[in-house]
Amino acid sequence: MAGSIRLTIDHISKTFPIGKSESFKVIDDLSFDVADNEFLVLLGPGHCGKTVTLNIAAGLEKADAGTVRLDGEVVDRPNSKMGMVFQKVGTFPWLTVLENVELGPRFKGENKADRRKRAEKFIKIVGLQGFEDSYPVQLSGGMKQRVGIARAYTNQPEILIMDEPFGALDAQTRYSMEEEVARIWSQEKRTIIFVTNNIEEAVYLGDRIILLTECPAKVKAIYQVDLPRPRDMMSPAFLALRQKISDNTDFSMEREAEA
Amino acid sequence: MKAYDTKLKYTFLSIATVIAFLLLWQLLAVTGFTGIIPAPSVVFRTLLDKFSNPNPDGATLLKNIVISLKVSLTGLLLGIGIGVPLGWLMAWYEPVNKLVRPLFEFIRPIPPISWIPLTILWVGIGLGAKAMIIFFGCFVPCLINAYAGVKTTDQTLINVAKTFGASNFTTFRKVAIPSSLPLTFTGMRTALNCAWSTLVAAELLAANAGVGYMITMGRSVGRVDIVIAGMITIGVIGYVFSRLFDKIESIVVKWRTL
Repeated sequence: MAGSIRLTIDHISKTFPIGKSESFKVIDDLSFDVADNEFLVLLGPGHCGKTVTLNIAAGLEKADAGTVRLDGEVVDRPNSKMGMVFQKVGTFPWLTVLENVELGPRFKGENKADRRKRAEKFIKIVGLQGFEDSYPVQLSGGMKQRVGIARAYTNQPEILIMDEPFGALDAQTRYSMEEEVARIWSQEKRTIIFVTNNIEEAVYLGDRIILLTECPAKVKAIYQVDLPRPRDMMSPAFLALRQKISDNTDFSMEREAEA
Repeated sequence: MKAYDTKLKYTFLSIATVIAFLLLWQLLAVTGFTGIIPAPSVVFRTLLDKFSNPNPDGATLLKNIVISLKVSLTGLLLGIGIGVPLGWLMAWYEPVNKLVRPLFEFIRPIPPISWIPLTILWVGIGLGAKAMIIFFGCFVPCLINAYAGVKTTDQTLINVAKTFGASNFTTFRKVAIPSSLPLTFTGMRTALNCAWSTLVAAELLAANAGVGYMITMGRSVGRVDIVIAGMITIGVIGYVFSRLFDKIESIVVKWRTL
């Protein structure tokens, strides 16, 4: 990757206590770097460590060991340079779409005209024009997630963290949202850290894929994805990489076990 | 058009219930089956008459209503005004919780009407005494529900606010309080019902005017029609308030049900 390093995750570990004596290690000595304007995908199975890693990276949680650095400075609290799109749809039910999207700059005290203009721009980019005055209860799951994405972009973060944003969507909506995210990223370059458990989604979106192990999360393998964009999910090169990653995981077995 | 027809049919059904009830009542009164019970027509006449006739309790119906409303609204508004903010603060700021909770847990199980003797000794039987009794009744559900509302705020929303650099106080004001509103309203509704029922209890025991007092006087002079007229008045006002409250709630938390 050509760009300079923006974010450094340096040997972080995290353990949660269960009951009185037992504990559960979710992250074990995890390290990776994120380069400027890179689309980095963290690919990992099931429910282990990914969200916690992101929360630590965003300064929402503290690691037991290790540090996170953004442009060389230690991150120990939320920072408006980093924006987040959450797995659970975090739209505020009492605010309209427009009010939700302009929330970040509103908290910062930015004047109404400026923030409105930018909010409207991103509402348009995510394809929600005409729904500015709707309330979340009137929107579908995919539309709510679009609100989340527009909201994160409107706050102009330098690094955008997306935590399995499409996990709860149906396959059809998911494909169209993946296309949207790839398109928005090429339109509005940002450094993105995107978490998923879906190999196809990872290969479709990522410049680089970091494959994590099962609990506790550690780096298992790193894949550089040099396929041209927009990517074709049916091209032989795409399928070959997908297969290669798939062979290196036991997701499929795990899914069967879950079902 | 079909939906309209159905609505009409349902309205008719509801009216039919009321008419059937009144007929049954009239029948019971006329046959003398249940002892002393005045016919609905008599009660209705008494009700109209009470608008101008201050006997037997010394005040017209309207005056009694005004006095009762003054008392119950004073108590209710005090209960909401103190209970709701305190519940919000206790849920968000642990020191406030630690400070207030022991006292609150002690007061909570005491039924509001058991404050009556004490308040009579303190402040007599005026407006203040009854408002205070009602306050104790309203304060508890307001506080508990406001507290629960803030406590059940979605963690994701709090995280969103934090990543946007919101301070703890801003998060409290802009995230926790709005998201607590549906439950807070539930608390206020409970308080409203409680205010009304406690009022009557308080007036039955210690008052010299008000709808509850009118009922007591009716009973002591053997005027059952006055008693029932008083009960109907309480029912109607309670209903009006409940609908008014529905209206306010549907405006404030319209985002829930659009």
